[in-house]
Amino acid sequence: MSTAPALVATQASIRQTRIHLLELARGHPRVILAGSLVLLLFLIALLAPFISPHDPIAVNADNAYLPPLSPSHLLGTDELGRDLFSRVLWGARVSLPVAFVAVAVGLVAGGVIGLISGYFGGIFDLLLMRFIDALLAFPALILAIAIVAALGPDLRNAMIAIGIVAIPVYARLVRALVLQLKHMEFIAATRSLGATPMRIILRHLIPNLLNPVIVQVSLSAGFAILAEATLSFLGLGAQVPTPDWGQMINTGATFLANDPWLAIVPGAAISVTVFSFNLLGDSLRDALDPRLRS
Amino acid sequence: MSLHLLELEDVHTNLTLKAGVVRAVDGVSFHVDAGETLGIVGESGSGKSMTALSIMRLLPRSGRIDSGAIRFKGRDLTGLSEDEMEEIRGTEMAMIFQDPMTSLNPVYRTGWQVGEPLQIHRGIDVRASIAAAIAMFKKVGIPEAEKRVAQYPHVFSGGMSQRAMIAMGLTTSPSLLIADEPTTALDVTIQAQILDLLRNLNRDSGMATILITHNLGVVAGICDRVIVMYAGRVVEQGRTEDVFAHPEHPYTWSLLHSIPRLDADDREPLKVIEGSPPDMMRLPSGCKFQPRCPFAVEQCAKDEPELRDVRGHLARCWVTQAGTSLNGSVDAG
Repeated sequence: MSTAPALVATQASIRQTRIHLLELARGHPRVILAGSLVLLLFLIALLAPFISPHDPIAVNADNAYLPPLSPSHLLGTDELGRDLFSRVLWGARVSLPVAFVAVAVGLVAGGVIGLISGYFGGIFDLLLMRFIDALLAFPALILAIAIVAALGPDLRNAMIAIGIVAIPVYARLVRALVLQLKHMEFIAATRSLGATPMRIILRHLIPNLLNPVIVQVSLSAGFAILAEATLSFLGLGAQVPTPDWGQMINTGATFLANDPWLAIVPGAAISVTVFSFNLLGDSLRDALDPRLRS
Repeated sequence: MSLHLLELEDVHTNLTLKAGVVRAVDGVSFHVDAGETLGIVGESGSGKSMTALSIMRLLPRSGRIDSGAIRFKGRDLTGLSEDEMEEIRGTEMAMIFQDPMTSLNPVYRTGWQVGEPLQIHRGIDVRASIAAAIAMFKKVGIPEAEKRVAQYPHVFSGGMSQRAMIAMGLTTSPSLLIADEPTTALDVTIQAQILDLLRNLNRDSGMATILITHNLGVVAGICDRVIVMYAGRVVEQGRTEDVFAHPEHPYTWSLLHSIPRLDADDREPLKVIEGSPPDMMRLPSGCKFQPRCPFAVEQCAKDEPELRDVRGHLARCWVTQAGTSLNGSVDAG
């Protein structure tokens, strides 16, 4: 008899969470707009092999330098006659995964550092924060370039480099949040009920960190896309013939005077992607931050 | 000597701060028996919360129990490992805090949280722990318990949150509940309800309660015995009626006399305790209350008095120990 209401309660709870998310989105149309843009980008990356009209690396010298809006080549072709539209679609398959692996590296490493630093404090805090300061002492891109230069230029190393560069943001964010949270009475209350430090961190601290961290994830995804494009532009990321936006700009730069679309098309792709992620981060922040809620 | 549920013996807890060492709890001894409600009264910084945190072994990083024994059911808690303490916390003793609005984790449903101690200590699954939470909500008088367990803390009012906190502390039927200013953040009608609730739970379950407060009215209402703390020391200890009827320490006397009276002449200024609480880093010599004490004699500044029996309860004062009655001099002083 006593479990019956509990069953109702748990079922109701799942439904309530969904309604809650929907309501949040309804109150903040920008979240929906930004969310669908990001979703669209992911769909493009996922479906690129099926939706791109041409093979992105098939060379066709007869069709080189076709301007945009040519028949059967919507965005024109590059110096080797490769279809730019197809290459841009396939480029999403490089940029998005790189950005996400990089953000994941930054989030996990930075998050763990921030948690340890904030929760345990003392000597851990001192040492870890000096490490973070050391990372911050370098301008982000310069550090990424240095790391790739040390590890060797390829996509995997670019991911690692961008990930390392993203660590300080997460470490500092999580540390600040933990410092604030750990003095809240519910943490003391949970301790007084016999919870272990592990349980307090996993069950009580981390769920409270989610909102600001989600915002930071979408903001730094934008940065990671840009950083990946920069590294590839410099020849430190994706290597030929991988269709990659940064590298396409690099090639296109040579023909900027006569055939500017070679650089403009991938540039626009980067802009739209970065804009989408920043818009998502921005609108999520507005939607999730209780202080800004009207 | 009979075995008390909880017995503190000459406990010294020090806080090591950058500016120096604070003797937050300085030689405190008392006991609590099953079914009893003990009040600990004192102003901010008098060591009452530190005493509670010492018992729970939840002191801040800078704090340490340097000497003394805290015996709970015969076991000295000061010698237990952190693992053993985690087992005792939440099963044998529970603590509720001052601000109910921040005492519940905002991201969990109240039912989940109230059932959490059962998940931790009894290995019960979430569903069963929520069922137990519903039963506890009913016990502490939260209406529509089935609906309330599915709500988040921000929906709860202060009084409701404090009831939920009490429910959370009691899910595992502890034998000792420490309530650190449980009603300070609540308005007066809700205070009365919460105190009633504590008193009833106390009577029904035989659980001992330590109630920490600076509100003498609360103590008079529900405590069997009271301890008055000043500067980390117990200055007076006894049955509530005795202490209120004839306080034998000038600090207690002053506290009782600074309560505004409705029947007083409304042009008469409110009575205050002169001076300010002592700087815990630079305590005065002799009796720690002596600089603010209206009864102080020469001896008070030289030697610190012991806690001795004065007319039926313990007090730490040279004047009353010498036979002077504070009540006799109320109007004269």
